[in-house]
Amino acid sequence: MNLLTFSMVLPLVGIAVLVFIPKSKVLLTKQIALITTLLVAAVGIYMTISFDLGDTAFQFVESREWIPAFGIKYALGVDGIALILILMSVLLTPVVVIAGWNESEDGRWSPKVFYSLILVLETMMIGVFASTDVFLFYVFFEAMLVPVYFLIGGFGSGERAAAAVKFLLYSLFGGLLMLASIIGIFVMATRYGNRTFDITTLSGLHTVLTPMMENILFLGFFIAFAIKAPLWPLHTWLPDAAKSATPGTSVLLLGVLDKVGTFGMIRYCLTLFPNASKSFTPLIITLAVISILYGAFLAIGAKDIKRLIAYTSISHFGFITMGIFAMTTQGFSGATLYMFNHGFSTAALFLVAGFMIVRRKSSTISDFGGLQRVTPIMAWSFFIAGMSSLALPGLSSFVSEFLVLVGTFTRYPVAAVIATFGIVLAALYILIPVQRALHGPTTPGNENLTDLNLREKIAIAPVIAIIVALGFYPSPLLKIINPAAATVISQQGFTDPAPTLNEGK
Amino acid sequence: MINFYSPTLEYSLLAPILIVLGGALIGVLIEAFAPAASRTRSQLFITLTSLVLSLAALIKVRNEGSASAAMESVTFDGAGVLLQASILVLAIISVFLLADQENFTALAAALPGSEQERDSLRQDLKVTEIYPLTLFAVAGMMLFPVATDLITLFVALEVLSLPLYILAGLSRRRRLMSQESALKYFLLGAFSSAFFLMGIAYLYGYSSSVSLSGIHAAVVGGSGNDIYLLLGIAFLSVGLLFKVGAVPFHAWTPDVYQGAPTAVTAFMAAATKVAAFGAMLRIFYVCFAEAYWQWRPALIAIALVTMAFGSLVAIAQKDVKRMLAYSSIAHAGFLLAGVISLNKSGLDATIFYLFVYGVATVGAFAIVTLVRDSAGEVTDLNRWSGLGKRSPWVATAFAGFLLAFAGIPLTSGFIGKFAIFSAAYESGSTAILITGVLASAIAAFFYIRVIVLMFFKDPIEDGTTVVIPSLFTQVAITISTVITFALGIYPTPLINFIQSTAQFIR
Repeated sequence: MNLLTFSMVLPLVGIAVLVFIPKSKVLLTKQIALITTLLVAAVGIYMTISFDLGDTAFQFVESREWIPAFGIKYALGVDGIALILILMSVLLTPVVVIAGWNESEDGRWSPKVFYSLILVLETMMIGVFASTDVFLFYVFFEAMLVPVYFLIGGFGSGERAAAAVKFLLYSLFGGLLMLASIIGIFVMATRYGNRTFDITTLSGLHTVLTPMMENILFLGFFIAFAIKAPLWPLHTWLPDAAKSATPGTSVLLLGVLDKVGTFGMIRYCLTLFPNASKSFTPLIITLAVISILYGAFLAIGAKDIKRLIAYTSISHFGFITMGIFAMTTQGFSGATLYMFNHGFSTAALFLVAGFMIVRRKSSTISDFGGLQRVTPIMAWSFFIAGMSSLALPGLSSFVSEFLVLVGTFTRYPVAAVIATFGIVLAALYILIPVQRALHGPTTPGNENLTDLNLREKIAIAPVIAIIVALGFYPSPLLKIINPAAATVISQQGFTDPAPTLNEGK
Repeated sequence: MINFYSPTLEYSLLAPILIVLGGALIGVLIEAFAPAASRTRSQLFITLTSLVLSLAALIKVRNEGSASAAMESVTFDGAGVLLQASILVLAIISVFLLADQENFTALAAALPGSEQERDSLRQDLKVTEIYPLTLFAVAGMMLFPVATDLITLFVALEVLSLPLYILAGLSRRRRLMSQESALKYFLLGAFSSAFFLMGIAYLYGYSSSVSLSGIHAAVVGGSGNDIYLLLGIAFLSVGLLFKVGAVPFHAWTPDVYQGAPTAVTAFMAAATKVAAFGAMLRIFYVCFAEAYWQWRPALIAIALVTMAFGSLVAIAQKDVKRMLAYSSIAHAGFLLAGVISLNKSGLDATIFYLFVYGVATVGAFAIVTLVRDSAGEVTDLNRWSGLGKRSPWVATAFAGFLLAFAGIPLTSGFIGKFAIFSAAYESGSTAILITGVLASAIAAFFYIRVIVLMFFKDPIEDGTTVVIPSLFTQVAITISTVITFALGIYPTPLINFIQSTAQFIR
């Protein structure tokens, strides 16, 4: 069996096993879910190792007829960018399972339902990155909303139902716009004699489209991705969803699902509509810069720790989008690496925040204080995660943020310069909560908090290890990403601007 | 002197319809002569048997290739056979619901609240007339999409409508409302029939023919007076649009859906749509295709308004049956998109959509019959809250149907929506595509609201319960669920079959 299909089937097998476990055997349910996700992670790592760096075509390819009447295929394959994101997803899922060991028990339904939803989501996360058929991509893109919706609404906290609905409606609206564009592509492709959804074939479609048509189709895709990513001003669902979801769900939501948006911009917007992408670039770069600053400002003002993380993510997605639409190799590589790193630094932040909230029974930042003395390991974990989020050199995010800024500067110096302020603001929005929650005297209510237990340490340790390791040595990932980034750039006729020498006189 | 010919009837081709009619007649005889105690069982047996036999006969007809029968007043072509098969399948699933006699009044003739009514309830009488009535309606529905002259078409329209008017008034509870809805349905239906006849008259005046091929010849020949053609098409369309519940001829839909016994609503909502859209497809594709400039703009406008109106008004509904009624109006708009595309993909897509929508509709109404309190079905949406906690499987199945209505991937509704919108866009109608997509987004809102209600709200303790479904209802729900998801995940066999089979012969 194809490795990608195999990794998608595995979680489904896990669910099939879960069905036969009685509801009362909670521990067994969790163990099966954990084992399944670890197996999937192993397959993901194996794929990464056996990925051929020299080959720029899609790898691990599988293609079967699905609905031949519409030229729809079950077609999978990965390039470096997709592979990295799949790797990130399959690594994060077991972490989420471990970290959320107890989250699943306070929900509306049994842990069995919780883990079934997580597992089905994992299948779809792999599918959405691995699809090389536009229709198949759309199916995963939309279908994955359903498990997330139930994860937020059924297991979250506070106004969880409202947040779940807001999330779903925003996403569905974007998705339906994209459906209109997909129908447009389908009809155009049929008209020009190629009834197919194959991404490689369709990447030539733009040569026959009128500019007007290309722009409209582009917008359908882009708005859907901008809602997903989320880009200002389409971001308002994210803070609510992130606040109401369990920390584990938030990790998957911000860490993986939102990446589908930025991944889609590369894979679909740029590949299918290169001319439209170019004409909309000034607008998109502007929106990205606004997102960077807006997210950062809101993060500084945030009182709730989960909302804070959500706002920082809006800022980070601004960086990623800017890197993508700078349309330089460095910007691309940086953006892809950024997606990977953001997945882990956000995961770390959310997980530690989750540990803190469980202990203090509050998610308000001002309720914490002086954790450094009481719970040193938890405090240090939060500190490192925060430093990664503000892109401290030596931690993984620094490399990617630097690449994005360099990549953007070569083409849009002004945007890059303004975006750099985002880094300054990042220092503020991380250091303020660090100072309030971790340092200073221990405030009342925090004296008896317990430090991380073994399970929590096991969950957070690999994430922090990855953050630190990639900060010092990002080249294994870059080796996978760079060829793919260069291919996307060259295929669609984008060129890197030549470096200019400023000759001194 | 006028020569009269004795009509020739191709019995083997007409067998599917004749079997259903025969079953209905046997049913009438049973009503007349069999002892009351044994009626329910024998009626159910006769009904199911004749429907299944009819389906078998239909499959045989298909293998014999297409042909016209009964002096060219009926045509069995690929599309016709597919539509008939859809109607039969939907009817079979619906009969499982009808079999649950709890939904029907004990004695239809008794005045609500009268001594006679209490008497009939005490004696535990059953209205077993529903079975032959249903069979008559099915026979009319099967004739409707294959009729190729306007007189046969009209007869079929009446044969399918009259039993439905009666069935709508047979609810066991809230009988006044049920009877009111039946009367409303009847009166408005009579109006629309009159329009329909008027249209036939104009078309006869235009082409001096009542057969679709004759009118088609006149349209192509272009010798007639176009005013009559226009009037004829307009009046004929009013009759058809009334049956499918398109705006502005939708006014009966919510009341009748709400008032009729839910099992009847399920049958009516699913099967009538197939029959009426089937006839519409045939008339517009076969007869008026060349005169598309006469009707297409108007029909596009109606489609747009229907989609938008149905989705918007559904938001405000507090009753689950009314909500499904408005959602059916929105879906009528989506289906019109298939009619106006006027190409092969539009035909295929509409047939596919009709079938999958019908199945999901029967399934959804089947679940409505399960949610009850001591006074009967509970259709107030607020009292559905927390259903997911009470009976997770029923709520999950209902959520599945709602997701299919909303067109979420991996359900049959998504494939249908994709097919029908791409057909409409292929025919050049961008407005339909955009409005359709936006209406779907609005529609998603109220479907999701129900899901929120069922899963994320706590149950209210007011005696609302989910009854254990009878075996029949279980079968109906299971079949609908399986079809809805199977066709969402792997629709290829059905799509290929429709694509290779569906065509009209003139």
